Amino acid sequence: MADFETPELFKHIHVPKPVPGSMESSGPFIAKPDHQEALGFPHELVDNWEEKAVEEMGNTLQKYRGLRVFLDSCVKCGACTDKCHYYLGSADPKNMPVGRQDLLRSVYRKYHTPAGKFLSKLGLEWLIGAKSMTREVLDDWYNYYHQCSECRRCSVYCPYGIDTAEITMAARDIMDKIGHGQKYNNEIIGKVFKIGNNLGLPEPALADTLEGLEEDIEDETGVKVELPLDREGCEILLVTPSADFFAEPHVDGLMGYAKVFHEAGVTWTLSSKASEAANFGMFIGSYENMRKISLRIREAAIDLGVKRIVFGECGHAWRVAYSFLNTLAGPFDFLDQNYPIPQHICEFTHDLIQKDKLKFDPSENDWMTLTFHDSCNVARASRMGDKPGGQFTIPRDIIKKVCNNYVDMAADTIGEGTYCCGGGGGLLTDDLMAVRVKGAMPRMTALTNVVLEDGVTHMAAICAICKSQFSKVLPYYNMGMDMIVSVHQLVSNALILTGQNSEDENEAETAKESE
Amino acid sequence: MALDVNGTSYEVDEEGYLANLNDWNPDVAAALAAADDAELTDAHWEVINFLREYYEEYQIAPAVRVLTKAIGKKLGKDKGNSKYLYELFPYGPAKQACKYAGLPKPTGCV
Repeated sequence: MADFETPELFKHIHVPKPVPGSMESSGPFIAKPDHQEALGFPHELVDNWEEKAVEEMGNTLQKYRGLRVFLDSCVKCGACTDKCHYYLGSADPKNMPVGRQDLLRSVYRKYHTPAGKFLSKLGLEWLIGAKSMTREVLDDWYNYYHQCSECRRCSVYCPYGIDTAEITMAARDIMDKIGHGQKYNNEIIGKVFKIGNNLGLPEPALADTLEGLEEDIEDETGVKVELPLDREGCEILLVTPSADFFAEPHVDGLMGYAKVFHEAGVTWTLSSKASEAANFGMFIGSYENMRKISLRIREAAIDLGVKRIVFGECGHAWRVAYSFLNTLAGPFDFLDQNYPIPQHICEFTHDLIQKDKLKFDPSENDWMTLTFHDSCNVARASRMGDKPGGQFTIPRDIIKKVCNNYVDMAADTIGEGTYCCGGGGGLLTDDLMAVRVKGAMPRMTALTNVVLEDGVTHMAAICAICKSQFSKVLPYYNMGMDMIVSVHQLVSNALILTGQNSEDENEAETAKESE
Repeated sequence: MALDVNGTSYEVDEEGYLANLNDWNPDVAAALAAADDAELTDAHWEVINFLREYYEEYQIAPAVRVLTKAIGKKLGKDKGNSKYLYELFPYGPAKQACKYAGLPKPTGCV
């Protein structure tokens, strides 16, 4: 299956010697004309794409002043060179953040700086590292800007705070606008517009799936916990990644949210119109598409007449929700102003724990020893609660409340310095498996260490991409795919519902069934 | 790209999924599996047939939990789990089984 080498794990995260061109490739599958059409992009590479790319770069520079600052301010100090998980896992110097930035910066210098314009006339632009927009450059852009998960770890260590994610987003947006988009991201955004979610899960299938989950919870606990869809007049609209309906361990987390809502005594609903929290518009740097995706949530909230919006476990969705939702789709003056707008499911559960409103039996999770993977977009692009660092403490507080055995991974691999799972930013596709497996190396190193030293058996996360990525890459590093769990799966295991069958009753029932 | 089965050529995408749902028949399924060096047993067919039935009703492959539950009901509780499905379809029941069933690949964060 694999035509690439899985990196070897060492005791400490190993910084490789650069191997130029080691990740050279033609990049992920290119979007087909109908994928491009749905997003308002040209069907295929336009005739005068060189000029058009330069022009689009100019437009982007006008719109985002930060981009020009990022392109101008790098002093080549080297602080970022060993900070990207894709460089650490692949050794390709174009995966060093500065190497990745320079792919765009060199073209920027030639066409959009006074020095570049002047020196180009003399044929001396190479003096300032400026380059023409050629096919070779475009191929490098397409390849290496799809080896960046926009996780922003490099920006934490850059003395100027240069955010490579912004540069990657700008490059992808320019490529989309000249007709050179990525299939994975663009096909998915098209499905959101057409069907309502990344999966393409139509309303009847969603209803059937939710019904099945209600049965499962009732079978297990004896309590009827609802997972309502499109119910008007509820207090809360839950917006969650569609992977929560479809995949494991995501779905166990979804059942956890449902149990928490049930126990809190609030009314809530899912929406078939906004049956997706993810917003891949951010991944491709397209403000227009990001806004269009966000507006579905506003419309669903108004149509259903809810008072609050809560987001499920999805990393980049929380970035969009926490940081941009109000400007993209606001004002949310029709929602209850006494609650955070929007609120994260972890904030919701944490709040109930603080008020002592939930009863747990943490021994239900005693067969596991947990650690927690901070998802990049939650860690570095958002916050939770009302204290700095809440996005780190709140999920951990929840896990420690519902589990007796918890250990953190090495301090420089979590929190603000967390390593990406390797599949974020629109790279969670099979055609990028080599990139994904290599990019997971730093996280796999940190995880292996706590497995060996502290007996960790499972790793929890609050992001659908992280969960899917880890289930796929863990086996490459000789660990089980089921090591990855949802935070609300742990909550679900330990939560004691009012009126729930006791263990003895369950056993008695099972015994009765088998008779 | 194309897949050749008994002299007929079928269009497939970059990853070997059938381009047209209606092109599917059991021989095509066997050929799709053979392209991955896999052989379809009765156990595989139980899953493939369920996927096709579900797809016909809902225009999407079933969620993993829906699938495990259905297989468990049909073949017994010991087989109603994802471990059993992964033994049959090591590359993941959602993706690999969909491919042989001639269904589109599930997309998104899965």
